[in-house]
Amino acid sequence: MTAPQPSPEGSTGVNAPTAKLDAGTAGSDFVVKVGGDWRLNTPVPSWNGLFAQHAAANVSIVSDELGKWDTSLLLFLVHGRAWCVESKHKFVTDALPENLQTLLRQVAEAGTSAAKTGPVARTLFERAETLAMNLGNKAKENISFIGECTLGFGGVLRHPRKFRWMDCLVEMQQCWVSSLPIVSLVSFLVGVILAFQAAIQLQQYGAAVFVADLVGLSVVREMGPMMAAVIMAGGIGAAFAAQLGNMKVDEEIDALETLGISTVDFLALPRLFAVTLMMPILALYANVLGILGGMFVSATMLNIPAAAYWVETQNRVGLPDVTSGLIKSVFFGLAIGLAGCLRGMKCERSAAGVGKATTSAVVTGILLIVIADAVFALIFNVLGI
Amino acid sequence: MFWEFNQTMNPSAPAPVIEVKNLTCGYGETVVLQDVSFVVQPREVLFVIGGSGCGKSTLLRCLIGLLKPFEGDVAYFGKSFTAADAPQRRDILKTFGVIYQNNALWSSMTLAENVSLPLEEHTSLSRADREEIVTLKLTEVGLAGSEELYPSELSGGMKKRAALARALALDPAIVFFDEPSEGLDPITSREMDRLILQVRDILGTTMVIVSHQLSSIFRLADRVVMLDRTTKGIIAEGKPSELAANSNDPRVRDFLNQDADSAARSNHAPIVETEVHSK
Repeated sequence: MTAPQPSPEGSTGVNAPTAKLDAGTAGSDFVVKVGGDWRLNTPVPSWNGLFAQHAAANVSIVSDELGKWDTSLLLFLVHGRAWCVESKHKFVTDALPENLQTLLRQVAEAGTSAAKTGPVARTLFERAETLAMNLGNKAKENISFIGECTLGFGGVLRHPRKFRWMDCLVEMQQCWVSSLPIVSLVSFLVGVILAFQAAIQLQQYGAAVFVADLVGLSVVREMGPMMAAVIMAGGIGAAFAAQLGNMKVDEEIDALETLGISTVDFLALPRLFAVTLMMPILALYANVLGILGGMFVSATMLNIPAAAYWVETQNRVGLPDVTSGLIKSVFFGLAIGLAGCLRGMKCERSAAGVGKATTSAVVTGILLIVIADAVFALIFNVLGI
Repeated sequence: MFWEFNQTMNPSAPAPVIEVKNLTCGYGETVVLQDVSFVVQPREVLFVIGGSGCGKSTLLRCLIGLLKPFEGDVAYFGKSFTAADAPQRRDILKTFGVIYQNNALWSSMTLAENVSLPLEEHTSLSRADREEIVTLKLTEVGLAGSEELYPSELSGGMKKRAALARALALDPAIVFFDEPSEGLDPITSREMDRLILQVRDILGTTMVIVSHQLSSIFRLADRVVMLDRTTKGIIAEGKPSELAANSNDPRVRDFLNQDADSAARSNHAPIVETEVHSK
């Protein structure tokens, strides 16, 4: 639309490629004539410019050779009405075509009904209340899920034949196959990195052979189980949440529930068992690869023969060290499984919900792993292991 | 198995199959249905109808126990479902089968495993017996020979049939359908309707169907219950043809008359219909 241009009769006119808009005063009325073709591909004219010099009591809209029109005209009229309501003018549309009036009425009705059901302004206190209640519900949900899993575990002990061993084996295989390459690489590199860092310091004192002690202990006690667990949380925890979340979206979980089949027994327990059993095995594997990484650096950079490195490692790293790492990894596995299954089964029924559940499963899993690790550090310290 | 089931569900027993008493339900703080009551008689095909967002699916979720009602009760054969403890609830769950809108076949299992799982969980049948029943059920719904297929390998109509086979696995007295003809072409949809009637006639199963497919309603329904969003409850109950002809409520007539051109409808015309006009 071009800017309003004065016309000979003292009225304001807007000339567009197709749409026509004329305005002028007639008695106490300000008459706006709309005509021509109104299409959405041109901007809707502004009322502010149109009213700049007029102060009439009534605004009446008249159609004048109105051609084809679409929502752009409707939008123009809606803006006009809003303007009139605001500036206390009367907005008269009686002279417009019937269908246009019907549309305007519909928009007005929709506007008032939307106002009724719009969001209610809430005080800070009310928001805090909702937040606290949500947190409470979440906590309740988590605790009841853990409770159900415990009961389910009891059920498995009583009736081991009813447990879905086949599903469990498939999940174990999945854990192993999908994590093995990445666990191998990461653990080996962690061993390499630790050996490099240690070598720089220890070489200064001529104590390079102690690299084996440092790498061995830190890998076996901390880095091996931890790295394997973080990788599993990212891979398997996310996979559990996505699988179960998708099942929830597709109503597959509802179908189990209405058949009276416990979803925890059927879906969560086999996965939980699988990841809890596989975690120590993967951790042990990560330990071996980590030590090999350290050995590789020592043999190639520090001129420590692999045999000497191995003997040093054997002397320093004892069974309690290995066991402490493996005990931790059992709990890491449990944490990953619980986070993945819980998030998946409580997933919202939408594609976005599945995404959120997956992210949340990984974050919760890693968080639980770190917390468990800290707790175990404390316990082992007290016990002197 | 049918004979056994037919004896227990003796039609001379007076209790209605389902009795919904003053049910109020919804999500969070939103009440979707208020004070809804109705009964379902044995061997009846009951349609729950109504416009989108009127609470049809919510009602269904309440009936099958996926949603806890705020108030009121759902009773199966005179036994309360809402107040049932865990073993009672399990017994009641066995009396009905559900076919979900998306079929909800377990995607990681073959059709045979899908149909067999309820049997595995609720009966002590041997594997051979279970396999035989699975074949029988799949044959009943016209899917003989598809035992080893996965749900992803089936067409829409076949999935619906498979879901029906699974719902029928435990020979339930009632089958709930959520939109049985959703996403099906008219011919497949008609076939599905025929199958539903066939199951009702042969097995004496009571059918509760949530749908807004007019053709299916007139073909199948013995009775319809119509819900409405503004009243949050039942606005009409009866035979569809009678309601379409005699109902005093314009909303009911409007819904059930396919070619209705009443004023009520033009009042709710969407804006897009009047997108472009000539003078």
